[in-house]
Amino acid sequence: MESALLLEKTILVVAVFAITLFIAMYSTLVERKVAGFMQARFGPDRAGPFGILQPLCDGGKFFFKEEIIPAGAHKFLFIAGPAVAMFTACITSAVIPWGQELVIGDRVVSLQVTDINVGVLYIFGVVALGVYGIMIGGWASNNKYSLMGAVRAASQSISYEIGLGLSLIALLMVTGTLSLKEIVAQQEGFVNWNIWVQPLGFLIFMVCAFAECNRVPFDLPECETELIGGYNVEYSSMKLAFYMFAEYINMFVSSALMAALYFGGYNFPFMNELGLSQNWITILGVIAFFIKILAFIFFFMWIRWTLPRFRYDQLMRLGWKILIPLAVANIVLTGIVTIIKDTYF
Amino acid sequence: MSIFYFVAFLSIFFALMTIFAKNPVHSVLYLVITFFTFTVHYVLLNAQFLAVVNFIVYMGAIMVLFLFVLMLLNLNKDTEPLKSNLVKFMGVIAGMCVLVTLVGSFRMLETSQPVTLKNPDIGLVGNLGKVLFSEFLLPFEISSILLLTAMVGAVLLAKNDAKKA
Repeated sequence: MESALLLEKTILVVAVFAITLFIAMYSTLVERKVAGFMQARFGPDRAGPFGILQPLCDGGKFFFKEEIIPAGAHKFLFIAGPAVAMFTACITSAVIPWGQELVIGDRVVSLQVTDINVGVLYIFGVVALGVYGIMIGGWASNNKYSLMGAVRAASQSISYEIGLGLSLIALLMVTGTLSLKEIVAQQEGFVNWNIWVQPLGFLIFMVCAFAECNRVPFDLPECETELIGGYNVEYSSMKLAFYMFAEYINMFVSSALMAALYFGGYNFPFMNELGLSQNWITILGVIAFFIKILAFIFFFMWIRWTLPRFRYDQLMRLGWKILIPLAVANIVLTGIVTIIKDTYF
Repeated sequence: MSIFYFVAFLSIFFALMTIFAKNPVHSVLYLVITFFTFTVHYVLLNAQFLAVVNFIVYMGAIMVLFLFVLMLLNLNKDTEPLKSNLVKFMGVIAGMCVLVTLVGSFRMLETSQPVTLKNPDIGLVGNLGKVLFSEFLLPFEISSILLLTAMVGAVLLAKNDAKKA
């Protein structure tokens, strides 16, 4: 591998990692601000103007809190739990195309860390792996409430993965490729966005993404009223912060995925009619992509402060009896439409 | 080649750890790592699709269910069935016999020729799909029916009999 490529990939990886952490950090503040807005109060406003230093204060506080490892806990796995959660949350962003190519001198720099030809499946795999962090941590705590949380997380994740996968299959039937780069490139402009051909698929995908992120109304693994806190009951200090952080990173990544798969990724309306140079289109595209992502993050928060939590049997019924049959119907429908289109038009 | 030997070493090491671990949950976690090394093997063979499916199905779904069941069972030393020394002794002898037989039979085999694929990209999704749905359509469909049968059977076993209840 030539050194220039190595350098640009390194910069890209570091930048993506930094932006992910930054957005996750400020999501914690935005979440509380949105909560305040929804409930007609201010939210945190003491640290810095509009409270923008609040995440730094929280981070500092977490660092200096006493770290407690329960006597009955399995020490290695207790530490490994949050590490795994954080790791799996961070590696998903490797295949997301953040923008088109930048042209610097005579080099074409792709704004995607790696384009593997099974990109969509890679993401699916990493999402499936995400539950290990919660399960390991919940079990290693040696506490029955944590264990209940871990078990709930496992069954919820397995149930909603099926719906997630099936809704993706319908999308793949339309796009005909597993590479995220090609999927996004196909949705040029505005009318080619996948949301117009796969509205039902998007709805299923979104609900399943909420469930996979353990967000309200699917945050049963950390249901305070029943489990005093869930899988993270025994955690304190930075380890607890890692679990919370992993949740926000997951939220960011799934927002990015929804934007990339269904809402055109870095494409924006009239991108080719403006007569701009390639670099400008790329930069505007990246901005458009981040606006979409932030809109989805806001949507996540909006839902959190609007809907109450499901009961566990309701959660299972929704997953197995509503979403999965709907997703299968969506696949059949997509197949029929594809055949009609190929034969008659 | 050195990567292969390293990953192969890891596979065997974690497979052994799976057997020797005292705690069943640790055992499952070692098995997860073993499956991960298999994924790396598939990537080394340029079989990306197989790699990622192995990753999703084995690591992401089946092992999570294993872990799920083991956590609920809460197995530990107290619940472990005690075996008499005689049984352990017999087990060791039987295992050694199997090992000797296997090693002997492998020594008899000639070393196989290195397999050279006609198309090194056969493991990529598009090529694999075309082969599966044309040349190997019948075995593919039969195996899917087999899986469906197993699924229906599991549902039948799990479902409560309305009359009995």
